Amino acid sequence: MAVEMLSYLDRKSLIHNLTGVTKLLCFIMWSFASMLTYDTRILFFLLIGSILVFIISKIKIADVAFVLVFILIFLFINNLAIYIFSPQEGVKIYKTQHVLFTITGSYNITIEQLFYQLNITLKYLTVIPAALLFMVTTHPSEFASSLNRIGVSYSIAFAVALALRYIPDVQRDYRTIALAQQARGLDMSRKEKLPKRFKNAVLIIFPLVLSSLDRIETISNAMDLRGFGKNKKRTWYSARPFRRNDYLALLLIGMVFVLSITVTFYDGNRFYNPFL
Amino acid sequence: MKKPVIEFINFGFKYRSQAKPTLTNINFTVYEGEKVLIVGPSGSGKSTIGHCINGLIPHSYKGDITGQLKIIGMDTSTEPISAISKKVGTVLQDPDGQFIGLSVAEDLAFSMENDCLPQAEMISKVKEAAEIVGMSDHLGYSLHSLSGGQKQRVALGGVMVDEVNILLFDEPLANLDPATGKHAVELIDQLNRERNKTVIIIEHRLEDVLFRNVDRIIVVNDGEIVSDLSPAELLATDVLERVSVREPLYIRALKYAGCKITPEMRPERIDSLNINGCKEKLLHWLEEVESLNPLTSSKPILQLENIAFSYPGGNKILNNLSFSIAEGEMVSIVGKNGAGKSTLTKLICGFERPSSGRIIIEGQDAAKDTIKDRALKVGLVMQNPNHMISKHLIYDEVALGLTIRGVAETEIRKRVDETLKICGLLPYRKWPISALSFGQKKRVTIASILVLQPRILILDEPTAGQDFRHYTEIMDFLQQLNKLGVTIILITHDMHLMLEYTPRAIVIESGEKIADDLSVNVLADKAVIDRANLKETSLFELAALAEVRDAKKFIQRFIAHDKVVGRKWQ
Repeated sequence: MAVEMLSYLDRKSLIHNLTGVTKLLCFIMWSFASMLTYDTRILFFLLIGSILVFIISKIKIADVAFVLVFILIFLFINNLAIYIFSPQEGVKIYKTQHVLFTITGSYNITIEQLFYQLNITLKYLTVIPAALLFMVTTHPSEFASSLNRIGVSYSIAFAVALALRYIPDVQRDYRTIALAQQARGLDMSRKEKLPKRFKNAVLIIFPLVLSSLDRIETISNAMDLRGFGKNKKRTWYSARPFRRNDYLALLLIGMVFVLSITVTFYDGNRFYNPFL
Repeated sequence: MKKPVIEFINFGFKYRSQAKPTLTNINFTVYEGEKVLIVGPSGSGKSTIGHCINGLIPHSYKGDITGQLKIIGMDTSTEPISAISKKVGTVLQDPDGQFIGLSVAEDLAFSMENDCLPQAEMISKVKEAAEIVGMSDHLGYSLHSLSGGQKQRVALGGVMVDEVNILLFDEPLANLDPATGKHAVELIDQLNRERNKTVIIIEHRLEDVLFRNVDRIIVVNDGEIVSDLSPAELLATDVLERVSVREPLYIRALKYAGCKITPEMRPERIDSLNINGCKEKLLHWLEEVESLNPLTSSKPILQLENIAFSYPGGNKILNNLSFSIAEGEMVSIVGKNGAGKSTLTKLICGFERPSSGRIIIEGQDAAKDTIKDRALKVGLVMQNPNHMISKHLIYDEVALGLTIRGVAETEIRKRVDETLKICGLLPYRKWPISALSFGQKKRVTIASILVLQPRILILDEPTAGQDFRHYTEIMDFLQQLNKLGVTIILITHDMHLMLEYTPRAIVIESGEKIADDLSVNVLADKAVIDRANLKETSLFELAALAEVRDAKKFIQRFIAHDKVVGRKWQ
């Protein structure tokens, strides 16, 4: 059976025990820290932090392997595109040029460019584990209540949570439909060539969209019938009080955030330059 | 004086997207504490009546209302849906689709969350509601891990937290196996008696609901109320036949035998039925009818030998399963949810490979087939046609399996037209599929499999959620196919279907075969019925009442007679 991607995984760990609000705030700070800085030292530090948290959470690589591979492929394409569109970005930023070798015209490989792209890759690598962790360790309804608590309107918060909650359902539908189509001779296995497989997948999307629309009608009726949206506010059954660990986590990540921002902007430049 | 809680006064409704009104001239009143059953064929407007009672009409489904509908004094067209939902609790048909929370407790609390109740109060009320519906031990469970019956209990609990006055059930039995359906009817009855809830049940499985007392049955047809009588009075009329709602089997048997049903016979339940006046007629009828031909064995087309299956690292789902199906047979595979039926289907269709054992199709070991090869021998029709249809036009949909295989254009046209003809869809070949009814869609999906000319056809719950007219239509069509030489395997919960259409039944329980016999014999075996969550047919009880010695023979004769006579009034 295929694993269910990106849905909540119920394990007992320090990370699971934090409230959704804590995790959301930490995730936001973490992302900002790594997005704002190009300081390689900080990025390395954050990367190690990310990996440590991942280990603590008891989530295994295998649990998220599919999405991870997908993101890594995307990251690779992204790197390639950066080089194609702006091969001299590193030289511009670091103001030196150490050419390793030249391909053609302005397309040469410089240590500066490699270093710059290493930084970009590091940024992704620090945020990805955090984002995946947030998705798989936060119960969708807790996630909704956290969004609501930090000021997002509850209908939007609920819409997001419902979307998360339906990920496994839609995956299940997808598998049922895929089987139905395979029964008619649609080959989805590796024996078929990639473009053909892609075309075949489209034949599955159509019924999937239809069945999802049915699902939406039922759920919105069910919600109407149970009084959703009649008040300006609502309470949450699964809301959890802040505990000591929540404060500790927020404090810790807050410090990391402030520290990394300070170091980054200390000399007025977001880039750490080893070449000067 | 009884207090009226639901009052339809010259009520009519037209959906905005439709030209003609769906409901016209609806007049009826339901009083506090009553238990009312609303029946009618598909498209009769019975579900629309339900939508009116819970306020989805006019608040979610827009349209024009004429006349008036009052729920406990409130006019539904002016009152907001949230106020109506405090009085009317609705349990929807689809047990999965209506859940909002992820765990049992959370879903039970949903409506209280919307009322801004403090957490502590919610926790105690959730406990209370869970106790009422018997789910106290499952509060932390994920809804997906529950059985169909448990899901329904949770849905019921979710509306009970509001202390509603009226409980509305929209086809509560549609997705349940027979024994679980019986429990559901019992639970509804208990809430009605012990908590004085007014209960409205919309359902076309009449006999199953009548298993417990019902005060009144309202029959709807073509958007109008055809009759509003007590069960005993209704069964003494021919209203149900006219609108093609299936009567209880024992009533039909009595009618075949020429007995006149009167309210005094207390015909609403088999255990209250008094047939002293017509025993003679029944016994006489029994002698007149020809009996069914016994099974004739011919060469096997599908053989399973000691099949076992488990997912890697998982428990055994199938264990030492063997059976053989002969060419041209029509067989039911029955058992409770989770017994291993769908896994078995996957193995036969080649989606999964058995951990051990052999599958032999037409004398050849099928182990080396790809899914694509296997599809030419075994076709699978899924329960929900929307899961199978991926083209816009009927012709394209049916042609898809051939197009994928790169068959020549002229050959495709020939085979598709032939198949459409068999399925009675040839005049519609250029139609968009979205314009078809559920039954027609089902035919399209069957046609799209048949075009590949498989020798074996497997259908998963082919008639689920269908009214009697569509049910008969689909099943008669399958029977015709069967006569053309296609071997048909049905996966089903429907005991009537199994008894009427498939001479033989295979019963699966916990991944093992516990019975493989004539359908009649399976339903006569108390031990098998209990283990596999099946339900005895009321015909056995009728036979006992009439003091017929050979009950199985009695049932076989009923089926034979039904095949000849039963179709005529369609």
